[in-house]
Amino acid sequence: MTPEPSGAAARPLLVVEHLKKVYPTATGGVEAVRDLHFSVPEGQLVCIVGPSGAGKTTLLKCIAGLLPITSGRIELLGEAITAPPKAMAVVFQEYGRSLFPWMSVEANVELPLKSAGVSKPERRAAAADALHAVGLDDAGGKYPWQLSGGMQQRVAIARALAYKPKVLIMDEPFAAVDAQTRADLEDLIRVIWKQLGVTILFVTHDIDESVYLGERVVVLSNSPTVVQDDVVIDLPAERDQLTTRSHPQFAALRSHIYEQIQRAKHNRGTETASTPTVLRRH
Amino acid sequence: MTTTAFGRRRSHRPNAVVNMALGLAGIAGLLLVWELVTRTGIIDPRFLPPASEVLVRFASMLRDLQFWREVGETMTSWAIGLAIAVVAGTIAGFAIGSSRFLERATRSTIEFLRPIPSVALIPLAVLLFGTKMQSSLLLIVYASFWQVLIQVIYGTLDVDPVANETARSYRLGRLQRIRHVVWPTTLPYLITGIRLAASVALILAITAELIIGTPGLGKAISDSQSGGDVVGVYAYILATGLIGVLVNLVARLVERRTLAWHTSIRSELAL
Repeated sequence: MTPEPSGAAARPLLVVEHLKKVYPTATGGVEAVRDLHFSVPEGQLVCIVGPSGAGKTTLLKCIAGLLPITSGRIELLGEAITAPPKAMAVVFQEYGRSLFPWMSVEANVELPLKSAGVSKPERRAAAADALHAVGLDDAGGKYPWQLSGGMQQRVAIARALAYKPKVLIMDEPFAAVDAQTRADLEDLIRVIWKQLGVTILFVTHDIDESVYLGERVVVLSNSPTVVQDDVVIDLPAERDQLTTRSHPQFAALRSHIYEQIQRAKHNRGTETASTPTVLRRH
Repeated sequence: MTTTAFGRRRSHRPNAVVNMALGLAGIAGLLLVWELVTRTGIIDPRFLPPASEVLVRFASMLRDLQFWREVGETMTSWAIGLAIAVVAGTIAGFAIGSSRFLERATRSTIEFLRPIPSVALIPLAVLLFGTKMQSSLLLIVYASFWQVLIQVIYGTLDVDPVANETARSYRLGRLQRIRHVVWPTTLPYLITGIRLAASVALILAITAELIIGTPGLGKAISDSQSGGDVVGVYAYILATGLIGVLVNLVARLVERRTLAWHTSIRSELAL
């Protein structure tokens, strides 16, 4: 019933296979991620949820090529990720630290393009388009710290969009903004996703947010992390803060994921480590 | 932002005027006390001549070309010494700060060399350069180099990991990260270092002239002293003090201009 975005049936865009990440320490190492697999087809909006300390950020940094993996394989467009890939952009939770306060909003958005060698008029136009897409047409000349938290995160999203990635990775991007702003930003992400057809990997600890946003929710176990559950969100494509959230299916999915998270808290990657990814349909 | 800045300026203008008036009153009060204690004989005017005499002498000095030549000599060694210290300190600081290995390898050496008082090098300076300007420069560079170096090292180590990861995720290379992330992060530290170094450099410039006898205001003070010209000594001291104030004012102005985005300064501008 959910109209899948184009290309969903094709080969997965992003593949995570037997991912293991051990942080080396003096006493031999801390295992953050044990044995993780999942794949994301092109154009999908996937949410990743897990109890706090589930190694969500570790997983994202591995996928983003910012952290070397211990074993396993992460593939984007068929190529193993060993360094930050060109087709990927990351939006961090800490927008205040991720945006550079010494640069104007415009310069922040243009910087990745500048470093990629895009000509000045071209990156000007790309920045203007991206800022328009997030509803910040007039903020280009300001500094990030002159904007509210929600607007700053919009700038960070605009910077990612201007970079024209195939995959957009978002690490709890709305955890630090107030509820109203958060709802607006969630709707913005849905709009951007639909308009641009970009693949989005959205990490959150908020179950409601994951159900509201995603086409699919991957539930992670406690650290050392494995995939606890993989849930298809078969809600109507047109999401609305009021009607979607009061949809009976929303409530069912929400409580299902809630239960999984509760179970995940006690699952330290031991019981289901070898269990293949379960796809549940409602 | 314009309205906020304007509103703020308007609401604080009376305060600024009051501050200015209080500051001037303080100086006037000091001069008055100085004048009184010398005129009434509480302090022997042979050791401390009345303020009015010193000010009159100072005013006449300002019309004397010799005085300006001495100012020029002092400020030349100050500027050259400071420039060398800033350039060397910045380059060394970036090199040390961007390499874990260098940072650890140099830490103890820096902690040993830094506390050596520059004046302890005076005999060495005399031995090497006599009373030439190079003597002053050696002392000035040695003293101010550490101020810059330490600040720059701290600055490079203060780079926000999130900012750095952002830059890496957008595939900024090492040089680009230095230019767009490390350098702007370090800049406030560097400017603080320069401001500290500028004051220290002036102290060492005067000290070198005073003790070694390299030409400049310090030498003029010591010449006045040996000539028994007490008023002259005070007038020259006043001149060095004013130069110190001026150096600090200019440094603060530069700080304000270059770091308008920084938390310590932007809070005064807007929001």
